[in-house]
Formats: sequence, structure tokens, C-alpha cells
Amino acid sequence: MPTDTRLAGPALHLADSLWQDAAIKFGNTAGAVLGFLGVLLAVFFAAGRATGRFSRPLAVVLMLGPAALLLVVGLVVPLLRTVYLSFYDADAAKFVGGKNYGWAATSSQIHDVLLNTLLWLVVAPVAATGLGLLLAMLVDRMRGQAIYKSLIFMPMAVSLVAASLIFKLLYESRGSGQNQVGLLSQLAVAVGWDDPPNWILSQPLNNFLLMSAMVWVQTGFAMVVLSAAIKAIPDEITEAARLDGATGVRLFLHVTVPMIRTTLVVVLTTIMIITLKAFDIVRTMTGGNFGTQVLANEMYSQSFEQYNTGRGSALAVILFLAVAPLVVYNIALLRKERATR
Amino acid sequence: MTTPVTTGRRRLLAVPAVLALALTAACSNSSSDGGGGGGGSASALTGDCAKYQAYAGHSGTKVSMYASILSPESDSLEKSWSEFTTCTGIKIVYEGSNDFESQLPVRVAGGNAPDLAIIPQPGLLAQMVKSGKVVKPPQQTVENENKWSPVWKQYGSVNGTFYAAPMSANMKSLVWYSPKAFKAAGYEVPKTWNDLVALSDKIARAGGEAKPWCGGIGSGTATGWPATDWLEEVVLGTYGGDVYDQWISHQVKFSDEKITTAMKTVGDWMQNPAWVNGGFGDVKTIATTTFQDAGTPILSNKCAMLQQASFYRAQWPKGTNIGPDGDVFAFHLPAVNPQVNTPVEGGGEFLAAFSDRPEVQAVQNYLSTSEWASSRVKTSPGWVSANQGVDKSLYTDPIDKLSAESLTDPAATFRFDASDLMPAAVGSGAEWKALTAWFAEGQSIQKTASDIDAAWPQ
Repeated sequence: MPTDTRLAGPALHLADSLWQDAAIKFGNTAGAVLGFLGVLLAVFFAAGRATGRFSRPLAVVLMLGPAALLLVVGLVVPLLRTVYLSFYDADAAKFVGGKNYGWAATSSQIHDVLLNTLLWLVVAPVAATGLGLLLAMLVDRMRGQAIYKSLIFMPMAVSLVAASLIFKLLYESRGSGQNQVGLLSQLAVAVGWDDPPNWILSQPLNNFLLMSAMVWVQTGFAMVVLSAAIKAIPDEITEAARLDGATGVRLFLHVTVPMIRTTLVVVLTTIMIITLKAFDIVRTMTGGNFGTQVLANEMYSQSFEQYNTGRGSALAVILFLAVAPLVVYNIALLRKERATR
Repeated sequence: MTTPVTTGRRRLLAVPAVLALALTAACSNSSSDGGGGGGGSASALTGDCAKYQAYAGHSGTKVSMYASILSPESDSLEKSWSEFTTCTGIKIVYEGSNDFESQLPVRVAGGNAPDLAIIPQPGLLAQMVKSGKVVKPPQQTVENENKWSPVWKQYGSVNGTFYAAPMSANMKSLVWYSPKAFKAAGYEVPKTWNDLVALSDKIARAGGEAKPWCGGIGSGTATGWPATDWLEEVVLGTYGGDVYDQWISHQVKFSDEKITTAMKTVGDWMQNPAWVNGGFGDVKTIATTTFQDAGTPILSNKCAMLQQASFYRAQWPKGTNIGPDGDVFAFHLPAVNPQVNTPVEGGGEFLAAFSDRPEVQAVQNYLSTSEWASSRVKTSPGWVSANQGVDKSLYTDPIDKLSAESLTDPAATFRFDASDLMPAAVGSGAEWKALTAWFAEGQSIQKTASDIDAAWPQ
């Protein structure tokens, strides 16, 4: 109980307004859900009533409409607007032509960023897929494989930010006189390396240390998908190959890999797309400093920290152009695979 | 880019929101207010509410406010104006967000601006003014603001027009240390820069585990900002306010001899291998240590001093005794050049309005008074106002008191954090990056300075 009666009024009022806010928020949610259901009901009712010539086109429009609308509002419009903004200056006020792209093409800072992004694009997906394939082969032969698979797959459940924080702690470094805090430094000391480097500052090693976090998270995904693909290879084929005298590495390279080629490529491109968009790792571990900046993080920094929407949008468009072919290729492959099945 | 998506969703939600708001507003109007006032539009406020007479006549209205301050700090804010809202019947709908800095421009551009926003950077204020949506404050607010020292009016102004009154102030020119450790070793709190240098040498020579200084500039994407503070302290403390102002407007470039000399002073201080980085390792560890962690070695006597702002008080572990005789306390960083009168570098938050509805102006007027500032100071520690009308005996926390004394000292040379005033491409981009490279990669002062100058928008 408040002893000061003058305060009681305002304090009660505050509690009151908190309840009121909660009530408003609840009302919003309930209203939105009810509204959505209502619209759905009306739409389906109308679709059910329609007969004759228009029934099929109407059904198509009704089924496709909401998805198409959301795509237009959430993807197409922002995309067009980003392209539009990339030709304007920092405040989106003055048309500057290709100046932002010129800046991206000529600034040495962006060159480093593009180089790093390329490094990420090549190394991280190949490492994650390769490791995943290796693990899939090994784990499939072990007893209790479900347990190992679950353990290896587990990092997928960790957000990239959390994974980055974990790896940041691993790489933590202290001077030679101090107690080491990071696991990597402590291991180095344990094997007799008295003054290990400050890992996160060691270029170009630090780029790979950052990629390890991505590999750690994505390997499980690659392993699970590839393992399923390997199991889907018909036994007759492996048996026939064995009868022909293929064993070990030869069997793997000439039978297993070609049989799962499509899956392999899909896994690889999927991880590539994730890698291109990954800015959480860089943002969390180095903030783009020490020569580790990548395109996605630079785009965020330009748009939302330096408030230069022109440059930020130009970088977003470049990133989009880099991802688009991968997405197209990925979809094409998936379709081909579906067609052959 | 997610911008249109968010606004689109907000609009969808707005319809039920309006309905719900209308309903709850109707409900709350019918119930009588505890404070006694808030009746008809022109009725006189009585009793404890009489002092809010100037803001009466807007009962039943709502004013939305958007800021970066989150709970529990925002609860103290709401508490500080609860009597005002009860008496006047003006409801302040407060919303705090982690993404305030990036979301405010989005909301304003999307036609969804809040009535009021608490803006911590003059640069963001300037950007909002450029959008043409910021409304000039009422006359009463302008008069109330005169209780702050004149330099503050300039920081709430854009191109010479005053837009936003300051609400709070914080002080950056502090050095954290351990009074207990100082007492045990027989060290005196330095009063001049020469004393500070002598003390640092003494601690460094004493050997043992302790180094005189520790520091950390790591802060995610904002890595580097504490280094900008060090440079700002030295520039202000060496040359005074005029050169500092010219530096902000780029009349004095980073590659100017004055600034490179200041960088050399920072280098002799925070990049001195004998002086740093206590508890962490060599100079380069400053780049990989987060600013939050930087001061912890002070508690284990591995480091003697840390230059950090008043808000660093929140980083000490629970149970740390903060005070003149406690585990940690702070002293005012002395001026490099004794000719400069008590340099104080700091920051603050400004209240900008996007609407000129009378109830919005009433809130604006109230929040610019020394009465509100006193009410906020009384509510809980961690909030300092540079309003001359606030009784300094109201501050219960020693750091708040120390900051308030320096911030309201008429003789002090107060200046706002320079990187917050420079264009974002520099103050939130190139300067952070270049100074980080200066610490992490041992990049030369010349290259660091010219990299920053090159990023200055033409």
C-alpha cells in the first residue's frame, strides 16, 4: 500500500493504463484474427455460390489472389522501390543516375566487401556441403545413427546470432600475462603456444573463423538431406556396381555422387543463398571491422546507420542480382528432379 | 527491404486498433479520475491538481510518444508524468523500441509519425526536420528551454531554427576508478592532465598486474564509438569549444594538424603499451573488447582507470558499491590544456513534435519545465537534467549528482558528442571504422584521418 495518498491516484492510474494498453493490444489481435476469418468466410462463400462459366476462373482468382497480393505488396513493390531508390541520393530526394553504382564499383572499401562476400560464397557452402556429405556417409554406417544425426542437426535450431555469440566466446583472446577466456586460445596454450594471436584480428584467418559459425549451423542440414538422398539410391544399382568390382572411393565417386547429384547441387545452392544473405554473423562477431565486412552487412550499415538509402539500395540490388541466378537455378533443378520422379 | 511491408501491416492493424481505441476511450471517459480534475474542458483544476491549470482543457485526449527508452527506464518516465496525465486528462501513449533510430524515419516517411518523439541524436533530428514533418514548439516551450545553458538551444535547432527542447542530459567526460584501490595504493585523484599522466606513469612503473588504463571499443556494428569519444574529449580539452565546433562543421578537417595532434595525444594515452589494456592484454585488445566489459578489471585491481560516460554505471555488476568511498566511482576527466575551462562532453535527448494539436503542445510545454524534470529526478536515479531550475539536492545517486554539477556549471565548456553531430556517413560510419582500424591494425594517423575526410558528404 502506498503511504503517500497523493501518489496513490497516479499509481493506480498507471496500473490502470497498463491494463488498458494490454486490453487494446488484445483487442487488436482478436480484431485482426476475426477480421481475417470473416474475409475468408465471405470469400469462400462467394466462391461456393458461383456456378457455370465463371466458376473456374473465379476459383483460380480467389485461390491465387491473396498469395499474389501478398507477393506484390511484400516483394514486388519493395523490389521496384529499392531499384528506384538506388538511382537517388542519400535522402531519396535527387536523381543521381548511376552514381551509387559507380561508387560501389570504384570504392576500394566496397571492393574488399565484394571480395569477402565471394570468399564466403565459395568456401562456406562447399565446406558445409562437403562436411555434411562426409558425415552422412559415416553416420549412416554407425549404430544409433538417429542420435548422432540429431546432435549434428541441433545447431540448425540455434539462430545465427546465438551461434555467432558462441563462436565469439570461442575466439576470445587475452594477453600473454592473463588467464585465457576463449577455448581456442586456451587450447593453444595447452599445446605449448604461449602467446596465441588475437584470433578475430588475424587477417585473413578471421574471415574463415567467422565462416566456421555458418558451417557449424549448416552442416547438419546438408547431412540430413544428403543422407536421405543416399538412402534413396536403389539397392540394385549399388549391388550391380559392387558386382562389377567397385568398392570404397570408386563406388562413392562414380555411383553415389552421380546418383545424388541433383540433391547435392540443391543443398549447395541453398546454403549459398543463405550465405549471401548472412549478415548476422559478421554483425555480431566483428561489426564488419578488421577486414571482415560482407555485402549484406554493408547494405544495412549504409541504409540504417549512415542513412544513405541510395547507396544502401544500390548494394541491395547488387546482392539481389547475385542471389537471383542461384534461386532460378535452384528452382529449375528442383523442377527437373520432380519431373524425373 | 522490409519498409513497405511493415507499414502495410501497420495499416491493416490500424482498423481494429481504431475501433478498440474508440471503445476504450469511451469507457475511460465515463469513469471518474482519481486526481479530481479532468472534468469539462474549461473547469478549473483544484487541490493538488491546481498547478496543472496551464495545461487544462484537453481532457480525454491522447498523445502518442515514441522513443528508444525501454522498460524499466520507461516506467520511471511514465510515473514521472502520471500526476500530470491524471489531472489534465491527457493520456500519453508511450511506445519504446530497440529499433527507434531506424524505425522513426520509416514511420515518418510512411505517414505514421508519432505525436512526439524523444530523439537522442541531433543528427537524427536534422534528418527528421528535412522531411518537413517536424512542428516547431509552442512559445511556452521555447521560454522554458531558457533554463538550460544557451549551447543546448543550438543542439535542439536545425539551420538556426529551434525545434526540440532537451529533456535529459548525460555526461561523458568521466574517468571510472576504484576509490578503495586508490586509497590502498595512496593515489590521489588527478586534478590536471599532467597529474593524470604522472599518475598513469606511476601505476605503470609500480609493476605488478595492474595497468593504469583499460578500454574497449567493441559494440557490434557501432564498434569504434568509444574511440570517437576519446578523440572528442582531447580535442575539446586541448583547443576548447570553437575549434570543436569548426571540427564538427568540417571547417577543421580530420587531417588538419590540430586534429592529428589530438589523435597523437589519444595515441600516447590509450595506445601506450605500458598503460593499456589492463586485464585484457595488448593495445589491440581494445578493439576486440566490448565497451560493456572494459571496466570489469577495475574490480579485480588489474586496471586502474577507464574513460567512459556516466551511463556506464549500469554496467557494473549488481552489488557493486558506487560512491566516493565505494568499489567504483568516477572523477571529471581533466582538460589536456589547463587554459580550457572545465570541458564537459555529453549527450542528451530532445523532444520533437510531429503534430501541433493543443494537447500535444500542452505535453511539450509540461515536459520542458523544471517541475517535470524535478519529478523525473525524484522518481528514480539514472536521469540527469541540465535545467538550472532543478534542485541538485534531489539527486540521490552520487554519479547523477557529479554529472548534474558539471552539466549545470555556468563556467564549464559544454559540448555535445561530436560524432552525433557530424553527418551519419562520418559520425556513424567512417569515423567508427577508421578509428577501429587505427586501434586494431595499427593504421597510421595520417591514413586514418584522410579516410574519414574522404567519407565526408560533398
